This record gives sequence, structure tokens and C-alpha cells, in this order.
Amino acid sequence: MDRNHFELFALPVSFEIDASSLSERYQDLQRSTHPDRFTNATDREKRLSMQQASMINEAYQALKDPLKRAQYLLSLHGVDVKADSNTVMDTTFLMQQMELREALDDIMDASDPLAALEVFVADIESRVKDLVSQLQSLFKQSTDDSLKQAEALSLQLQFLYRLREEAEDREEALL
Amino acid sequence: MALLQISEPGEATAPHQHRLAVGIDLGTTNSLVATVKSGEAITLADKDGQHLLPSVVQYQQDNIVVGSAAKQVAASDPHNTISSVKRFMGRGFEDIKSELHGYEFIETESVPRIRTVAGDVSAVEVSSQILANLKQRAEESLADELQGVVITVPAYFDDAQRQATKDAAKLAGLKVLRLLNEPTAAAVAYGLDTGSEGVHAIYDLGGGTFDISILRLNRGVFEVLSTAGDSALGGDDMDHAIATWMAAEAGVDMDDAYLSRRMLNEARRAKEALTNADSVELNIELSDGKAWQGSIDSHQFNQLVDGLIKKTLLPCKRALRDAGISIEEVNDVVMVGGSTRVPRVREKVAEFFAKPPLVDIDPDKVVAIGAAIQADTLVGNKPDDEMLLLDVNPLSLGIETMGGLVEKVIPRNTTIPVARAQEFTTFKDGQTAMAVHVLQGERELVDDCRSLARFELRDIPPMVAGAARILVTFQVDADGLLEVTAKEQTSGVEASVQVKPSYGLEDNEIERMLKENFEHAKEDVEARKLREQQVEADRVLEAINAALAEDADALLNDEERATIISSLEALQQARDNDSAAKIKYAIDVADKTTADFAAKRMDASINKALSGHTLDEFE
Repeated sequence: MDRNHFELFALPVSFEIDASSLSERYQDLQRSTHPDRFTNATDREKRLSMQQASMINEAYQALKDPLKRAQYLLSLHGVDVKADSNTVMDTTFLMQQMELREALDDIMDASDPLAALEVFVADIESRVKDLVSQLQSLFKQSTDDSLKQAEALSLQLQFLYRLREEAEDREEALL
Repeated sequence: MALLQISEPGEATAPHQHRLAVGIDLGTTNSLVATVKSGEAITLADKDGQHLLPSVVQYQQDNIVVGSAAKQVAASDPHNTISSVKRFMGRGFEDIKSELHGYEFIETESVPRIRTVAGDVSAVEVSSQILANLKQRAEESLADELQGVVITVPAYFDDAQRQATKDAAKLAGLKVLRLLNEPTAAAVAYGLDTGSEGVHAIYDLGGGTFDISILRLNRGVFEVLSTAGDSALGGDDMDHAIATWMAAEAGVDMDDAYLSRRMLNEARRAKEALTNADSVELNIELSDGKAWQGSIDSHQFNQLVDGLIKKTLLPCKRALRDAGISIEEVNDVVMVGGSTRVPRVREKVAEFFAKPPLVDIDPDKVVAIGAAIQADTLVGNKPDDEMLLLDVNPLSLGIETMGGLVEKVIPRNTTIPVARAQEFTTFKDGQTAMAVHVLQGERELVDDCRSLARFELRDIPPMVAGAARILVTFQVDADGLLEVTAKEQTSGVEASVQVKPSYGLEDNEIERMLKENFEHAKEDVEARKLREQQVEADRVLEAINAALAEDADALLNDEERATIISSLEALQQARDNDSAAKIKYAIDVADKTTADFAAKRMDASINKALSGHTLDEFE
């Protein structure tokens, strides 16, 4: 059985996703495949159930998060986004990236680094939101050109995710 | 030969006999066993009416004492009386060296052992004594044989600690249906009781471990969003803090194992008394026979424990962050574990979550109750039950790469079961072997993570560096246990390990101990093996018959059905007449014969789960 992740959840292949349908169907699928349902089954059925439940978990994770969903959609179009080395980044974004990084480094010397980190993370969040809504319209167009742009934006999104993670690690280190 | 009964399609198979299954809370300080009886989950008492079994084991020359009687002699026989053994489960010699425990540990090739008059014992063996005691209690009070157990473990237990717990159960002769995370068990007991949907934080501070889990209850599904904690932090540490303070006040040191035990007992008494009093008198008999008297008030106590409580709040913050949940979104905070009785803990948790925590359920019993409910479902007493638990792995799993770095394969807080593969390549020209080193933990350096296992993939065909494509697959099962396989994809060379923790018992060690146990109990090993295979055969027969009754008409043609039925007949015959080995063979044949059928059933159930949803409803 070869279903893509969207088909598995009987959802249309689209960046826009109905989160409540996704989670409801995820629960329904787990209800019928989870190993807890097979404790009295044969070893083969137990093994199968573990594999199916693992696959459903993986598919759910890939669709739930906007970055992973964008990467997955691009992969369905034959684009491997994780090979980021050979992609030309837009120079404005590269500049922005450096500025954000410096800003994060400066925060550690601020008088109230925890408060400054909070502001920083909120700024990252709003940038993430903005990129996600841009991705939404690019995937809707689904032309060669718009997919190329979507690829670039998902790399930017990936960068923001990493930066957010780093900011949160620093916050933890301060506590 | 007995004729096989095949039910009419559509007709339910014979009604299940109630199967006896229990939940066991194997705690640092106390353990409990609970079961579902007439639809209600209850904890079971011993002959004296006591529900809590102190997790203390005393080894005498030719006798083993478990529970209250052992606890009473802990101060007079500290070297042979082992308490808080949970702290040593799945731990290596280096891990426990620094702990203040007063036992004489022996370094061995596999697990460290504690020297007692009855010989050297491992933490797994000590725990198995506690489990065996509870097994006996359950079977005596319910007058039936146990079909399976759910054992709870701290959510933050790593692979080695989980495996050690499973080994202890095996040694005690228990069939483990599932290892269940303690906070998840508490959520089940609490959530089913109150029926409250939404986001719950479970704050579980026990005798030796701390867990925080954030989970969402929705339509009968308990979805753990994240978990964090410290598997070596609990009420014991409060006792140590008080005892160390007392020693300083009295001007003595705690080198003497007897004195140290008396101090810890007095510290624990004081801690418990301060729940309801502002000040407590202290009284200790020193090594020289003189008495020391003093007192401690709640202000002093709070000062001593505030640092420990603070150490629990950082994981709370991390868990919320990993779950993507803000403090305002948490509907309620449930307190679990005996140490949450300490008023200062409640105060600080209330402050952190900005709401009073729920303390109206018995924090000692709630975990065992939840485990019993899950055990009842898993053993098959409630086939139509809608409850489902979706748990996560607590710590990231990864593999060592060049330069002593860890490459994460499965990050923490990923829903289990989970399988993930990553590709690696060779680093030298003509390299024919690759060492796979599996690690668990959050840090980047190998040295800062826990080493779980090492194995080698050999016979890789010689190629230039970077040409081999080695796919390493991590599979974590529903118990949170890891299996790793490595495969070179151009040649198909394969190697795999069921991760046997670096600090675990070897399979043959467990076999040997089991054998010794049987000899001790004067049981016949062969008879035992035969009985086990017969039980397994019955289980397989029942499972396949039920599957046929449900789906044979829809999924099998006459020929396929005939093949399966004949393999079942052969299995039934073997089960009634043959040796353990032949039964096992017949089980394997039946399993192979039903392979396609099993796959078709799985596919059909996935389709059924989504029946009614079609793509066009969104278009």
C-alpha cells in the first residue's frame, strides 16, 4: 500500500491544512493500529502494528508542523530541501540572518537578558508567521516559479526555527 | 483430537473469560499492586490490611524478607537491607559511586552488585523480589493466576533503566503487557475519574525520581505532548539534606552506616511531621552512645529543600516549551507521588503554574490505579474500550559520528512507537567495518550522553571513502525500548541489535538466574517451559480464530482459509500432545501461514478508520 501522507489522512495535498481534521483522523488511525490494540495478537500482527503505528506517527509529525509540511510538499514535487548547501540564498535574507544572529549574541550582555530574549523570540515568532502565510500563497499557485520561491522560503523558515531553538537554549542556560 | 470451533462470520467469538491482570507501581520508597474488580480499580492489601509495600529487601543467610519487616531492621542491619534500589536500576558502577547509600558495591563485568550475607545481588534481582512479593499478594487475594502486568516507570527513565525493570519482571515470572510512564498512569486514573478534557500537567515527585508530563485528553485519547524530569531527584534527597544539616548541628560525620541510617530515618520522620506542624523535636543516638537533641522548624526545612524544589521547576519549563503550551493553556496541575505532600512543594508549584494544584487524589495510589486500568484494557477485558495512550520518548536517541559528536536520530518527545532511519557512509578508502555506537541524551558530545550499546557492521565491500551507503534504523517500541539495525544498501549486508544496555544483564545471565529461581522453588524447568508454550499456543489459537471470525469472509478465498485452518489444527494437536519445542514450531508455522492475512487485516482496519472521510468533502 503506497499512500502519501496526505492520502493516509484522507486530506487534500495542500499546504493549507485543517488541523482539527488532521488530529481527529490521526487519533482514529492510532485507535486501530496502535500496539496497545494488539497485546493479545500473534507476534506477526504485533510487529505489523508497531510498524504501522510508527508510520502514522511519522506522517502526522510531517503534516502537523508548517516547516516539515513545506519540506514534505516540496519533496512530493521532487525537491530535497535539506540539501541546503547548493542553494543560492537571497542576499537580503543573508544580511538579515547575520543581524539576527548578532542581536542574539548581544542579548547575553543586556541588563535583563531574560526579558530581552522574550522580545527576541516574539520577533522570531512573527517572522515565522509571516513566512508561513507567504508559503501558503506560493503553494496555492504551484507553478515552477512559485515552488522555487517556496523552496527558498522554507530554507529561511528552517533558519528561523534554529535561531528560536538557540534562543530558548540560552534562556534555559540563564535559569 | 478436539475439533476446532470456528464461529459463524459476524457472530462474536465466545465471550471472554475475565483475565486477571494487575498494575504495579514499583516505587523507590513504596510499591503497590492494583487491579480492576467488577469494573472498579482498587489497590490490593496484604494479609495485615496494608496496601503500601515498603520497597525494602533484607537478605539473610538463607531467607529473604521483603516489605515492612525488612524496613524495621534497616537501621540494625544496614548492609544487608536494601532500600531505594530503584535508584540503582540500569546504572553502572561509575554512576552510583558518588551516591550516599552505605552499601558495599562490587564492580563486575556487567552490572554492579551489592554485597550481602546471602551473596552479591544486582538491583534487578532486588527489584524482582519486590515484584514477586506483589505477584504473590495478587494471586492469593484474587485466587487466580496472573495473565499479565503493567509496570510503571518514571517517564524520564532511559533505555537502560526500562530494560532493567523489564528484566526484573521476567525474573519474578511476570508477563509484562506494557511498561507505562508513571505520570501517564496518573493521568489515566485522574482523567477517567473526572472526565475532564483538555491540557493537564502531571507533577510527579516520588521518593527518588521526578517527572513532569504535559498531556492532552481528547475523546478518550491521552496524548502525551512532552515529558521532562530527573531520574535521580526525590524525597530521598530532602531526607539527605536534613540529615546532613543534623550531622553538622550535632558535630558528627555520617561515615558510620548505622548512624547514617538512623539520621536518615529521623530526617524522614521530621519531614513528614512538618507537613502538619511548624516545628519538630529531633532525637538521635550517636555512635558513642550519647544522645543528640535538637529541633527543626518549617522555615529551616524550607531553606534546606528550596534548592531541590527549584530543580524540579526547570524541567517544568522545558516540558511546557517542548509541548508548545503556555502556562495559561494548562487546565490543571495534578500532584502525584508522596513527596508532593510537602507543603513547600505545593506552594512553589502553585506559584509556578499560577493555579492551585489538585491534591484531592491519594498521591500514593493514583499511579497503581492507572496502571491497573491500562492492564485491564490490554489483557483484553474491555475489547470495545475507546481509551488510548500515546506516549513519547523522554530523551533524544542518537549515534556517534566523527570527532566524538552525537548525531540525533530521534529527538526527545517524539510520539512512540517511532521508526527513523539515517544514512551514514564510510570515512576511509576500503573500509570494511563500521562501529555503531548508540547514545541517549541531549548533549552534543558522546562523553556527556549515556552509552546504550555498541555493535559492528562487518563485511562491507571495500569501496572508496564516502561511497558506501549505510542505513541505520532506530525503532522505539511502545514500551520505549530501542532496537537498532544497520544495513549497507549497495551490498545488503545487515546487522542489528536489540539494544542491550551497556549496564544491563546479559540474556544468559537472566536465564541462569531464572533457572536458579526454579531450583530454589523446586519447580521443574521443563514442565514450566511446556506450560509456557501451551499458554502461548492458546493465545495464538484464540487470536487467529477471532481474526478468522471477523475477517475471513471478506479477505480470504477458500484455499487461503483452508491453509490457515489446517495450520491451526496442527497447532492444536501439538499443543495437546507434544513437547515445548514442537509447540513452538507449530506456532511459527501458524504465524507464517497467516502473514498475508495479517497484512490485509491491518490495511482494512486503516481504511475502516477513515471510512466516511473522502477527499471531496474538502473540495
